[in-house]
Amino acid sequence: MTALAAATGTPISINRRMVAAGTFILFGLIDIFVFGLFAHPGDATFTLSVSSSAVHVPSIHVPAATVAYTLGAASIVIGLFAAFVDLSKGVRRLNITLVLLFFVVSLLCWAYAGSAIPLNVVNLLQSTMNLSIPLVLGALAGCMCERSGVINIAIEGQLLLGAFAAAVVASAFGILWLGLITGSLAGGVLGALLAVFSIQFLADQIILGVVLNVLAAGLTGYLNDRILVSHPDLNSGLTFSAVKIPGLGDIPIIGPIFFDSTVFLYIMYLMIILVQVGLFSTRWGLRVRAVGEHPTAADTVGIRVLATRYRNVILGGLIAGIGGAYLTVGSVGTFTKDMSSGLGYIALAAMIFGRWTPLGATAAALLFGFANSLQATLSTINVPIPSYILLTAPYVATIIAVAGLVGRVRAPAADGKPYVKV
Amino acid sequence: MSAEQPGSPAPPGPPETPGPAAGGPPARRTATLNHTIVSAIVEGSPAVVTFLAILAAVVLGGLLIAFSDPTVLHAWSTFFSDPVNALTLAWDAASGAYVAMFEGAIVNPHTVAAAFHGGSVGAIFYPLSQTASNATPLILTGLSVAIAFRAGLFNIGAAGQWVGGAIVATYLGFAINLPPVVHLIVCLLGGFAGGAVIGWLVGELKARTGAHEVIVTIMLNYIMYNLLSFLLSTPTALQQPGQSNLISPNLAADARLPHAGGPPPQVDLGFLVGIAAAVGLWWLLSRSTVGFQFRAVGANPSAARSAGMDVERSWVRVMLLAGGLAGLGGAAVILGPLQQLTFNSYGTYGFDGITVALLGRASPLGVVLAALLFGALHAGGTNMEAATQVPSDIVEVLQGLIVLFVAAPPLIRAIFRLRRARAAGLEAVPKGWNP
Repeated sequence: MTALAAATGTPISINRRMVAAGTFILFGLIDIFVFGLFAHPGDATFTLSVSSSAVHVPSIHVPAATVAYTLGAASIVIGLFAAFVDLSKGVRRLNITLVLLFFVVSLLCWAYAGSAIPLNVVNLLQSTMNLSIPLVLGALAGCMCERSGVINIAIEGQLLLGAFAAAVVASAFGILWLGLITGSLAGGVLGALLAVFSIQFLADQIILGVVLNVLAAGLTGYLNDRILVSHPDLNSGLTFSAVKIPGLGDIPIIGPIFFDSTVFLYIMYLMIILVQVGLFSTRWGLRVRAVGEHPTAADTVGIRVLATRYRNVILGGLIAGIGGAYLTVGSVGTFTKDMSSGLGYIALAAMIFGRWTPLGATAAALLFGFANSLQATLSTINVPIPSYILLTAPYVATIIAVAGLVGRVRAPAADGKPYVKV
Repeated sequence: MSAEQPGSPAPPGPPETPGPAAGGPPARRTATLNHTIVSAIVEGSPAVVTFLAILAAVVLGGLLIAFSDPTVLHAWSTFFSDPVNALTLAWDAASGAYVAMFEGAIVNPHTVAAAFHGGSVGAIFYPLSQTASNATPLILTGLSVAIAFRAGLFNIGAAGQWVGGAIVATYLGFAINLPPVVHLIVCLLGGFAGGAVIGWLVGELKARTGAHEVIVTIMLNYIMYNLLSFLLSTPTALQQPGQSNLISPNLAADARLPHAGGPPPQVDLGFLVGIAAAVGLWWLLSRSTVGFQFRAVGANPSAARSAGMDVERSWVRVMLLAGGLAGLGGAAVILGPLQQLTFNSYGTYGFDGITVALLGRASPLGVVLAALLFGALHAGGTNMEAATQVPSDIVEVLQGLIVLFVAAPPLIRAIFRLRRARAAGLEAVPKGWNP
């Protein structure tokens, strides 16, 4: 029935508008009655510079309760506005962003009100970017596969295998770049397996993804216990060091967040641009999307459906493999069993949250990264919210998103359906 | 899967049989029977494909065991100077691991020999009881995934539903006082309810908003993991008083599943609960109206709707039942072998349930057999790791390989040169994200 509504193109149902407005008002009320009322007296301090930076940006002191009250009131106004005025798509999205932003700021004011330790905003956002790298790359891998019509649940396995291969090869040869490339190739191998089984042998793609994850977890766990434990020199924990981009990296606030990290962050930027432009502004991308939406039609006009799918699934695996390599040679260095710990599934959710578009998926992945980073930061100070509850926020948000609060999400039409020429 | 398979559907019965089976001479009839068996093998019936998939996985797993063994690798580096030695060592490594696995899962000849010399007869059955004990949660999570499959839904959330059941069962197990037998029954029912709520939520969301159950169940898994950690870190909820670790109090004695003989962990009553659930599900699916509706919805939702069935209500019901079965699995593990809930008790039961359901082709009997196989692999894997230092993670590899091959019958046919493409997949599996 929902499919029918989407097809007939009703702008937005009155129900959904009310649900959205109600959610906004609820968030505003939480801002006021939880974060405002229960804030400790005193200012919240936000530091905006890192210790190493040359330019010193002064810290911001804000009266915590007042800010929470103001932002809560603003959210309620937005909610009322959304309830009674039919808004355009752009404004609706802006509203969601604003309400979320207000919510986070109120939360931070409440958490840091009267606290002796200031919140370092730059560090928070820096770790957000780093934590997002595997998620963004995984989500982009998902976009590559699913836009061509192959469901990729195996992102988790691709990350894990990439992490393992990167750590072992980097340690064995002492060359970090070789580790990165091998990690990427390992993801590509799992991608190739996914492609062969789903395209050639017509196995169900969701099942296949789950099975490949089990296989990757078993294989890396087995080889870890069997070989790496007795050969620590194969898991020595080499990592890339941060490279500051000259010029851009010295800009206060922005520089340390966006332009002072390992090469993985810059690869991530490159991949976002390549996948977005590639899929949506080139002839190649048009063909890929045609294959994902209507393979029969694409075949009729002479596009090679199966070859396109093979190529995209393997390319996606290569991208996810880089994200996996980040987990070892980009951050902690050593491989540990099951170290991807569900990141691949989160990346999958980010891709769906982002409606199968590279930019949307990136935004969703950054949101998830931010939630993780916020949780890690808040766990260092004594906050009465249990961090475990905070950790569930991205998952709850995803359920709300797929349940249609922020609009119906629709997969490419032929996603998950094997193409058999009749 | 079967709907997408190329090739024509199988004709009913062996088509090449020249004469009618009825009325022919006895010799002729035997020949026909033989022909049927031979053609089943040559054409690759589901059972044959499953068997060959297991065979292929065991061979690949053996190669992995052999070629990750340091002494084998050393011998192979000088293969041309002594090829026999290299081959022998590789064979010994793989067969040694598999023999240890067999002894840990089925029967250990030493205990049999010891029984003749006055040893314990019960010890002979210890490996089998370990297999059954390991299979218990897999039967229940496998049934959970299987029944969802039959209704065309993919339940990746058995892990989260398992946690839901385990939480409720644990709480009821230590927090309330009830008479002995009643307490246990209340705990089991509570486990079912705890998982059913999570499953119901998935079904309800799908029925009302079209939210894809795969995404919702994945997300609910992580929500449940975090909820579990939260409850176990809250002394007023599930945390053991005076503990800083994430661990629950011990269960009351009368909330524990009675087990058969010897020291725990031996097989307990949970195994019978699993078997009973399988029988109940078989009855539901093949003998009841509700089960027929589930299968109709799974086979073709549009047709089911045209026939006047309430597709959405079937989704809600089937997810409720699936969640309940996984929750019962959680209760069976906590009330049985573990007797205490920790932050990582959920292990891999939920995801193993998916592989069990796939291998068992989503039928209750198949699920029980597949769960026994994987239970045996787990029990044997533990023994193998102790005896031969081969990490028990190889079990996960074997499981993955078996299901990978089962999911792709054309590959097995290609490897073993079976003759004809014939649909041997699941009866109904969900396809893609879009409804």
